[in-house]
Amino acid sequence: MSFAVFAFYLFAVIAVVAGAFVVFARNPVHSVLWLILAFLSAGGLFVLLGAEFVAMLMLIVYVGAVAVLFLFVVMMLDVDFAELKSGMARYLPVGLLIAVVLLVQLGFAFGGWQVDETAMSLRAAVTPDPAEVSNTVALGNLLYTKYVFLFEAAGLVLLVAMIGAIVLTHRRRAGVKRQDVISQMYRDPATAVDLLDIKPGQGA
Amino acid sequence: MLGQDLSVIAPELVLALYAMGALMWGAYAGRDASRMILWVSTGVLVAVGLWVGVHAGGTQTAFDGSFVSDGYARFAKVMVLFGAAATLALSADFLSRNELMKFEYPVLIVLATVGMLIMVSAADLIVLYLGLELQSLALYVVAAFRRDSLRSTEAGLKYFVLGALSSGLLLYGASLTYGFSGTTMFAGIAMVAGGGEPMSVGLVFGLVFLIAGMAFKISAVPFHMWTPDVYEGSPTPVTAFFSTAPKVAAAAMLARVLFDAFGNAVADWQQVLALLSLFSMFLGSFAAIGQTNIKRLMAYSSIGHMGYALLGLAAGTQEGAQSLLIYLAIYVTMNVGVFAFILNMRRDGQQVTDIASLGLYSRVDPARAAALAVLMFSLAGIPPLVGFFGKFYVLKAAVDAGLVWLAVAGVVASVIGAYYYLRIVYLMYFGQEVEPLDGRMPSIHWGLLGASALAMVLGIINLFGVESLAASAAATLVQ
Amino acid sequence: MVSLILLLPFFGALICGFGHRMIGEKAATYVATGILFFVCFLSWIVFFSFNGQTESVPLFRWIASGTLSADWGVRVDRLTCIMLVVVTTVSSLVHLYSLGYMGHDENWKEGESYLPRFFAYLSFFTFAMLALVTADNLLQMFFGWEGVGVASYLLIGFYYRKASANNAAMKAFIVNRVGDFGFLMGIFSLYFLVDSIHFNDIFAAAPEIAQTQFTFLWREWNAAEIAAFLLFIGAMGKSAQLFLHTWLPDAMEGPTPVSALIHAATMVTAGVFLVCRMSPVLEFAPGTLTFITFIGAMTAFFAATVGLVQNDIKRVIAYSTCSQLGYMFVAAGVGAYPVAMFHLFTHAFFKALLFLGAGSVITAMHHEQDMRNYGGLKSKVPFTYWTMMAGTLAITGVGIPLTSIGFAGFLSKDAIIESAHAGSNAMAGFAFWSLVIAAAFTSFYSWRLVFMTFHGKPRGDHHAHDHAHESPRVMLIPLGVLAAGAIFAGMIWYGPFFGNHERMNAFFGLPVHHEETVAEGEGHGAAPAEAGHDAAATADHGDVVASETGADAVHAGETAPQGAVFFGPDNHTIEMAHESPVWVKVSPFVAMLIGFAIAYWFYILDPSRPKALAETQPILYRFLLNKWYFDEIYDVIFVRPVRWLSTFLWKKGDGATIDGTINGVAMGFVPFVTRLAGRAQSGYLFHYALAMVVGLILLTLWLSIGSAG
Repeated sequence: MSFAVFAFYLFAVIAVVAGAFVVFARNPVHSVLWLILAFLSAGGLFVLLGAEFVAMLMLIVYVGAVAVLFLFVVMMLDVDFAELKSGMARYLPVGLLIAVVLLVQLGFAFGGWQVDETAMSLRAAVTPDPAEVSNTVALGNLLYTKYVFLFEAAGLVLLVAMIGAIVLTHRRRAGVKRQDVISQMYRDPATAVDLLDIKPGQGA
Repeated sequence: MLGQDLSVIAPELVLALYAMGALMWGAYAGRDASRMILWVSTGVLVAVGLWVGVHAGGTQTAFDGSFVSDGYARFAKVMVLFGAAATLALSADFLSRNELMKFEYPVLIVLATVGMLIMVSAADLIVLYLGLELQSLALYVVAAFRRDSLRSTEAGLKYFVLGALSSGLLLYGASLTYGFSGTTMFAGIAMVAGGGEPMSVGLVFGLVFLIAGMAFKISAVPFHMWTPDVYEGSPTPVTAFFSTAPKVAAAAMLARVLFDAFGNAVADWQQVLALLSLFSMFLGSFAAIGQTNIKRLMAYSSIGHMGYALLGLAAGTQEGAQSLLIYLAIYVTMNVGVFAFILNMRRDGQQVTDIASLGLYSRVDPARAAALAVLMFSLAGIPPLVGFFGKFYVLKAAVDAGLVWLAVAGVVASVIGAYYYLRIVYLMYFGQEVEPLDGRMPSIHWGLLGASALAMVLGIINLFGVESLAASAAATLVQ
Repeated sequence: MVSLILLLPFFGALICGFGHRMIGEKAATYVATGILFFVCFLSWIVFFSFNGQTESVPLFRWIASGTLSADWGVRVDRLTCIMLVVVTTVSSLVHLYSLGYMGHDENWKEGESYLPRFFAYLSFFTFAMLALVTADNLLQMFFGWEGVGVASYLLIGFYYRKASANNAAMKAFIVNRVGDFGFLMGIFSLYFLVDSIHFNDIFAAAPEIAQTQFTFLWREWNAAEIAAFLLFIGAMGKSAQLFLHTWLPDAMEGPTPVSALIHAATMVTAGVFLVCRMSPVLEFAPGTLTFITFIGAMTAFFAATVGLVQNDIKRVIAYSTCSQLGYMFVAAGVGAYPVAMFHLFTHAFFKALLFLGAGSVITAMHHEQDMRNYGGLKSKVPFTYWTMMAGTLAITGVGIPLTSIGFAGFLSKDAIIESAHAGSNAMAGFAFWSLVIAAAFTSFYSWRLVFMTFHGKPRGDHHAHDHAHESPRVMLIPLGVLAAGAIFAGMIWYGPFFGNHERMNAFFGLPVHHEETVAEGEGHGAAPAEAGHDAAATADHGDVVASETGADAVHAGETAPQGAVFFGPDNHTIEMAHESPVWVKVSPFVAMLIGFAIAYWFYILDPSRPKALAETQPILYRFLLNKWYFDEIYDVIFVRPVRWLSTFLWKKGDGATIDGTINGVAMGFVPFVTRLAGRAQSGYLFHYALAMVVGLILLTLWLSIGSAG
């Protein structure tokens, strides 16, 4: 067993186990931590594939941003997950049954799996040799030429997500004080400051 | 090369650029411009619709064949654009009345429309997915647009979560397909799928998951559960929008995938679609009977109607694709009219959606009641109105394709379904007298309601030529 | 011109029925009446100027489907001409008469508008009747046939507030349906055999049909017999022949002018017209002809016996009509079609006259119809009396024996009786004796009517008698005209219809004397039936029908026979009739005298006699009074079982089974499913997700099992 194979199985097992614990952990904060572990092992798998750039994205974006955001949300909302899961025992048998059926079916599918003989030739973007082209360049080449349309469309999706987030959450509250830089800068002492002559001993 | 690609996606490009421009405009001009932006957006949608409609010129592909603009796509796009424009025009009055007039609304609608245009033109699973997500995301947001309403928020959330699940199914199906065929391009999938030997189980699973993901969007049973709740909870103009353009886009996309990618495996997907269609038709008929809320009723109505649309698709023939297009065109026209009516069901300024409030409406406003009655008869598929011809083409396609049992079931379901459409007519003309609705109708609503009802009557002459257009459109889809 | 005749009454009906609000009631009725008189005038022009040449004028295409094509067309031949004058003359006179008769009808409340409706119906009837008689194909004829049925239904039930009128209308319609069913089947069978419903094609193919056997019900039949028989069933219904006659007496519920027009002069004779029209087919169906003779003779006899004892003045005339129709059918049955048409023609005059006269009496007596309450009206209504007398003399057949001088009925009825004697079929002898006896009965009941009504002492409500008065002039003018017809019509047209053979041939446009062509016909080889044709006739009717059914028939030279009626090569009835022995010629006259004598004895000399006779012969009297118990028998055989079956089907079949199932589905199953669907729509997100996943799994299961199997 070479090191690469060993590492693959290690990361794979960790990813699956961590995924299971995300679901089964009682404490939501623990769930998020398990999720981070799952992301990390996925990153490891990417490294094994020679996709260092994607692996780094995994770490920076998912672990660094998404998971941390999740953590904040979970802690701030203070949802009683135990209560949410109380119905689980009731639905577990049904859920398990469905899961088993689905699993058996997928087992059939994968048991008889065979890739079509023409599939290799049909591939649209064959991975270039890592020795020649670096990861980032290869991705960039694809994203900005062949898949530029998809790239831009994905950008639109994100734009919609942004608009949505703002529309649904942003509200103009009355009485909220905001910083207005320009008005601050243009503030004129002559109009803003009023000097009063107060007699000693008469001040309040 | 890029220039030519851009010319193929020009309608989408123009709309996307307009959406971003409108976003800027709204952000800088503030709330006062919202109304203006809404009307300009409507105008732009109509203009692009006309442009796409008159634009001839065969089948063009862009971006290595992942995006295709052919007669079929153009037909569907015109329906989508006009449907979106009509529902957008309908929403102005409602939005300002309920203090929802924000410039984001038209922008989101335009962006959703861009997504739909991409969906119907997709010739690649990735493009399809991105178009679908672009559309869905915008729809999730507009469903929850009335954020001070618990129902609206709940509708948005339900739609979002279930939509995510369906996206997951779709992606899983796409992965299976890709894993088997090595490509996401429809043309490539078509080369390996079917064509004599039976499809491998993995590819069949991929197909089923893909269909399931897309069936969610057209709310086919059993992926329909979100529909009634979302229709009821969303603001009414959003419901109107949901029931028109996105349905057309999703159905057209489904047909595209099935014919272009799996066109050699008709037998495999035919039975899936037949089942979906059967369940949708019957559930749409049965469940609607118990409804008292007209928006929920229209939700079940659209489930049932999508069942009929799928019936045409299940035929798996060019005739079937043609009947699908005809059905969708008629369906969109009818729904625009019905929602123009529903949007004006008000009492003392309050929106009313209870069906019982229509009691003896014919005495309150005979013209409106007559228009709605015509539309209801047409929705029920009662000859000689145009709605009947939609069903007729679909059933004929199914019978010609040998799906006689399904066609018979469709007729039975339509008889059951006629009950609840006719009940509305009954209520309006013979029902219990209730405190009358007093909503005044803006002229644009009147125009759309009247035009829709009139089209149902006048269309019986030649369906306004839709039949031949749909035939040539279907010919470009099914080779 | 004929198309003008055909369409004008229709426009009259439209103007009168729908336009009376615009132009006023009075104007509307006058317009309808005026149009009818104009049409009548045109008809007489056509009648006199007709040259014997059959013409078919297609107006426009009606139906074209496969080989079935039907035009709205007009076929002008002698039969059509006769019917045209009969229909339009009687109709126009009845229109005029109705202006007076229907002027003040106490069945309607003050201010109710009924006159335009009545006149619209009358004009519509006339249109339908004209469509029937001018038809050049069976479908158009059927249209007219049903059209007059509808008009008859509407007019019998004109007093729709009277339950009896409504029942009578329904009865007429339903009994007629039985006949119409036969007629339709006849049309179908002819279309099946000939592949066309045009008269020309059918007549041309008639000899071939006669050679064809086809399977109907349980055995093989001769095709011509079946087609002819089915057509005759239709004629039986319309013309109230025995077994299908029960509607006619009840139809007297309608206003009296209607009875005169529809139920005496025109509609009921449509059956006779049909039989004569289809003579080219009937000539090849000897069995059916025998049957027609039998039914006609039976009807003539039966109706005459029933007429003896009826007390309602209109019913007496109704049974008389029924009986006279029997006479016409006997004539047709023995092959003397012109004679049948002759009697139809004369009968229209005197029977319409009798009805209108009865109507005049009824108005005079304030709508009293029972003759037992009449008596001594001669001086009160003198004009009516004298015209009725003319009608009675005509119907009883008064004339100078062995000459052609006499009232209309004398000539035509005697011609029928002579034809019956000369007839060669099995029933001719029976028919002859039935008709002679019926002639005696006819004379009796007709005179009984006159004596009971106009002679003797006034009976019944003396108040009514005191106020009895002559009818207004609009009613008397038609009576006068018809009386003239009843007196002279027979003498004027005796020659062309029966008396003179050459004139008859010319009149009906028959090609040549068929006795001469028998020999000539042998040249045609295996189609002896073709023998009746002049070779020149081919030019007129070039359309050859190649009927596939007639396998062994010769196809060459198939053309429709020329002329309005057709005589088979073995049909010599009319020539034989001319050579009848003297006793045969005198017999109806003697029968008439006997009837008259008895009536005179019973109702003038010894008015107590009838009652005494009825008491001594109670069974016979009641048998006759109850019309041979036909209604009762039908009630037991048909009406009650049908009602029982209908009730059963309604209560059990429709109510319990169908409604039950539908109600069960609609009120049980559907709401159940609806509730189920409603419950599934719980609002819980995870339920929805579950549904999606389960649905997906079921789909995949379905497919994997499907692909595995």
